[in-house]
Amino acid sequence: MNQKIVKIDGKLRSNYIFRILSYLKPYWKTIIIAIVLLVVSVAADLAIPSLIRRIIDLGITPKDLDVIRMTTLLMILIAVLEAIASIGNTFLSVRVAQSFAARVRAEAFHKIQKFSFGNLDRFLTGQIIVRLTSDINMVQMMVMIALRMFIRAPIMVTGSIALMFIINAQLTEIILLILPLTLVLSVLFIVRAQPMFLEVQRRLDRLNSVLQENLAGVRVVKAFVRTDHESKRFEKANVALTNQNTKVLTMFSFLFPSMQIIINLSILSVLWFGGLQVAEGSFSIGEILAFANYLLTAIMPLLFLAMMASQLSAANASAQRIYEIIDVEPEVKDKPDAKTLHDIKGQVVFDNVCFNYNGNSGELVLQNINLIAEPGQTIAILGATGSGKSSLIDLIPRFYDVVEGSVKVDGIDVRDVTVRSLRSNIGIALQEAILFSGTIRENIRFGKPEASDQEVEAAAKAAQAHEFIMSFPKGYDSDVGERGAGLSGGQKQRISIARALLVQPKILILDDSTSSVDVENEAKIQEQLDKLMENRTSFIIAQRISTVLKADKIIVLDKGQIAAEGTHEELMKSSSIYKEIYDSQLGGGFRS
Amino acid sequence: MSSHESQNTRPRGPIGPGGRGGPFSMDVGRAKNPTTTLLRLSLYLLRSKLRLLFIGLFVVIGTVASVLGPYYIGRAIDQYIRVGDVQGLLGIVFLLLGIYLTAYIANALQSALMARVAQQVLKQLRKELFENLQTLDLSFFDKHTQGELMSRLTNDIDVVNTALSQSITQLISSFLSIFLILVTMFVLNAWLALGSLLVFPLMVFVTVFIGSRTLSGFRGLQSILGRLNGTMEETISGERVVLAFGRQDGVIKNFDEANEAVRKLAIRANSYAFVIMPLLNIMGSIAVAVVAGLGGWMALQNLVTVGVITSFILYARNFTQPLQQLANLYNTIQSALAGAERIFEIIDMRSEIKDKSDAIPLKEIVGDVVFEHVDFSYDRKTPVLRNVSFHAEPGQIVALVGPTGAGKTTMVNVLGRFYDIQGGSIKIDGIDIKDISADSLRRQLGTVLQDNFLFADTVMANIRYGNLEATDEECIAAAKLANADQFITRLPKGYATMLIERGSNLSQGQRQLLAIARAVVANPKILVLDEATSNVDTRTEIRIQDALLQLMKGRTSFVIAHRLSTIRKADQVLVIRDGEIIERGTHESLLAQKSFYYHLYTSQFRGNPIELAASLKSTEPR
Repeated sequence: MNQKIVKIDGKLRSNYIFRILSYLKPYWKTIIIAIVLLVVSVAADLAIPSLIRRIIDLGITPKDLDVIRMTTLLMILIAVLEAIASIGNTFLSVRVAQSFAARVRAEAFHKIQKFSFGNLDRFLTGQIIVRLTSDINMVQMMVMIALRMFIRAPIMVTGSIALMFIINAQLTEIILLILPLTLVLSVLFIVRAQPMFLEVQRRLDRLNSVLQENLAGVRVVKAFVRTDHESKRFEKANVALTNQNTKVLTMFSFLFPSMQIIINLSILSVLWFGGLQVAEGSFSIGEILAFANYLLTAIMPLLFLAMMASQLSAANASAQRIYEIIDVEPEVKDKPDAKTLHDIKGQVVFDNVCFNYNGNSGELVLQNINLIAEPGQTIAILGATGSGKSSLIDLIPRFYDVVEGSVKVDGIDVRDVTVRSLRSNIGIALQEAILFSGTIRENIRFGKPEASDQEVEAAAKAAQAHEFIMSFPKGYDSDVGERGAGLSGGQKQRISIARALLVQPKILILDDSTSSVDVENEAKIQEQLDKLMENRTSFIIAQRISTVLKADKIIVLDKGQIAAEGTHEELMKSSSIYKEIYDSQLGGGFRS
Repeated sequence: MSSHESQNTRPRGPIGPGGRGGPFSMDVGRAKNPTTTLLRLSLYLLRSKLRLLFIGLFVVIGTVASVLGPYYIGRAIDQYIRVGDVQGLLGIVFLLLGIYLTAYIANALQSALMARVAQQVLKQLRKELFENLQTLDLSFFDKHTQGELMSRLTNDIDVVNTALSQSITQLISSFLSIFLILVTMFVLNAWLALGSLLVFPLMVFVTVFIGSRTLSGFRGLQSILGRLNGTMEETISGERVVLAFGRQDGVIKNFDEANEAVRKLAIRANSYAFVIMPLLNIMGSIAVAVVAGLGGWMALQNLVTVGVITSFILYARNFTQPLQQLANLYNTIQSALAGAERIFEIIDMRSEIKDKSDAIPLKEIVGDVVFEHVDFSYDRKTPVLRNVSFHAEPGQIVALVGPTGAGKTTMVNVLGRFYDIQGGSIKIDGIDIKDISADSLRRQLGTVLQDNFLFADTVMANIRYGNLEATDEECIAAAKLANADQFITRLPKGYATMLIERGSNLSQGQRQLLAIARAVVANPKILVLDEATSNVDTRTEIRIQDALLQLMKGRTSFVIAHRLSTIRKADQVLVIRDGEIIERGTHESLLAQKSFYYHLYTSQFRGNPIELAASLKSTEPR
């Protein structure tokens, strides 16, 4: 009906990563401490080469044991200081990053709980899950890296360069030419790697979708004996992925040795130019060592930052996807002055209702629907697939809002009351009987967690579920398995009806909820419902005409409009569509 | 020398942006049979013997070169820089340049070759996995969820990928460089070597201790993370129910609890995982301090030169790196073996349904089907079919009727040999289906199910799936016969229209018509219609019924339906209850018997005697 699924395309904006970092606010104190510790550890790290130089130049060369002893002790002390600082930084960073992730996850999840059906239509379940799991992971890793590395790198680089200048300004000027070279190399690499990674991802998706289809359609594959065909399809995707993976890995094979050789060559140049200066007497061996060390600590973070740049853009894409959830504006919202609805009689009125799924654009799904359901009446809705049956009843609990006209309960527009109070008066069994993991009892009790066991059983009996539930070894405490995997379609539907009945709603909606129940049990449910429906207004969507025969009013929908309305007897006389449906099921049988 | 970052810069295989990675999603499975799995995985690797040989050679060259570097730097200082021998210095600089270039080439080639070897192994594994999946029977797919099998081909392959692409070579080079560094250090100066190794036991201890803590931390995290993900997945797929019943508060409470539990455990596990690096680095710093101090003192006694001290300082720093790598490798290899084991498990699965060695292909049949005393049970405990016997003559329509779970679908499943029966026999044209190759049997069998799977391909390709040799004209003719041509030509691109995931851009009724067209193209002699119209509304059903009647002409057909009105046309009706045929006959004769079938039929109109009477009247022989 409404396949407007969210798509991520190439349009990436870079501000999402900064936006999502605002969730770090509550941890600002911890972050500041972490940064202070980081600065301490960087300072300690930078001190060590200078101390080595001191040992060589002021201890070994002039043969001064005291200097050697004192400096060694100082080095150990500084190492311990660095240990404390960087361990502290690690712990705090981990804490901040994980808390941040938990907070973003909660924010997104809580937002989904405010969604309306219209919002849900625009996402596939899998898409939401990816945003809540791997996307949040990605952003979390980015925060972790940022707290430990992004801040560390600039301090380290500037600190090292400054110290190099102090030791030997002339040499520094020569050597610093290497830095831009490093940057250029890294940027080139990223520019090349990015599209290649995307291609790997694309081919991986292709492989996965071949596999997924094969598994989902396994019965069709087997029935038509198409395993060879499927293997060929898979092999094609498999080879394509393997080739691309090999290509990317080959490129990476040269990246790391390249980085290594940059580092090695810079050390070599220090050795050469430094060595020449030592020969001239303007430079010492300790200084060569210290200088080489600082050169390393100046280059390594740059290489690292370059590596992380791809992570950064991936994290930004993830942040964008997360915001696609957080930024959703719920389509159905309580008005600021919404009243609570209680103790209703159950009158439902559709007053000239028009509706479509896209707000104002596109073809109307429902057109000028006028309908009055008096308290206690049973309204049956018939019509072809796509005629708007589900859309019609979805407007009563305000799963969607009307485009024009209004839906009124006891004379009050449903948009003027709180969604929660409105829905608490309505019991609904949806087309697809979705159950949750847990016991059968918990599932029936879903709408009213405080219900007693007696109430649960009464509801189950009315829904013809008691008997089969009791046939399970653990009865009501049987586990339904995730999404009701262990139950048949008809059994799930009956539990879902029991769940709707348990809340003792004034308005009951059954959206084709007995389609998988066999005829015999459906008839029994029907009988029970007749009793239960007495004091409540019921809306029933059904395919089988036998289900709707006794309704107070039967609505025949055709292309979003009410084509006919009346009791069975009236419609048999007045409506050709109704008569056609009736004949096809109960009258003429097969037509050839 | 300060190499805090070097570990993080290694990629975890070509996972691309948004892929998995990082300690948060670390796989911490453990293989049950690590040795066997390792050996078996090695056999895959050994298919590229020559490449492996070169990889080994390059790893050794690269490692030796990396160990030689600091040694020659020390010599450069002692022999040339200190004495101001510029000529000698130039020589050693060129020597070092040669060493570094050799290392560069060896490392790059080694890694590029390994990528090829690893990707070939992975390709082979994926291929075997997929192809074996194709041979397995339906009972396997009943037992394993789609998600589970997907994870074999994605997550498990991924962990093996990470291990193969990097770990093997790293493992060799790490051990080799630790060994070479030790040897070089002792050759240079035994006392200084001992001194710098003072912290070594501590390093090993830290690596092992924290490594095991990390592992157990992540195991705990994994299970609680599974709970959180399960909660999220379930809530979101059932979100409409949550909204309908206004249970957002309860759901949020559950989520918040799980989320907080994950946060706490994740902090714990990740703290261990991340702290190991700074700890090892600090030990490296202390080792440097010890070398500098002890070396300085020894230099005063002329026991050691400044150059040697320099080499030692470089080695002391380099020592931590292979150690860190080994710590990481342990986890990577563990989970790779666990992943490989799960992959092999599936590759080793054998179908329970096997063709006999002398199985004959089934050709040109007329469609005579006989069940003789068939017994069947899915789990070999609870019988699902009991002593089922019937005879369907060529071209007949056989209706299977009965309550849910009576065994109707099972009957057609055993007919297609999707499961093997345990007793009795099924014969087609007088040949026992166990003597026929399963593929040739299924080619004679067309199936239209309640919800038919369509592929994300064009409408034409979906129809052609029934018979890959069919021409476009044949497919269109089939669509016409199936009443599908009308709606297809109205689609934006007609037969070239792409279907999305499971064909969900079509209505249920349209999907059904396509499935019928697909069956028409296959042109089977025997047809199975399992609830083919139960999910569509009545008016669509009329069109489908028409199409089905066309399809059933000249074929032996088995029809399962809840709606009794759809089976009046059957030549024989088999009433099944609890796996047994309890009544049989035509619709009229069964109604006249006034027993179970009558009861089933009339319950449709319970509470409305007038309608019941009217409808019974209309069923009298026409």
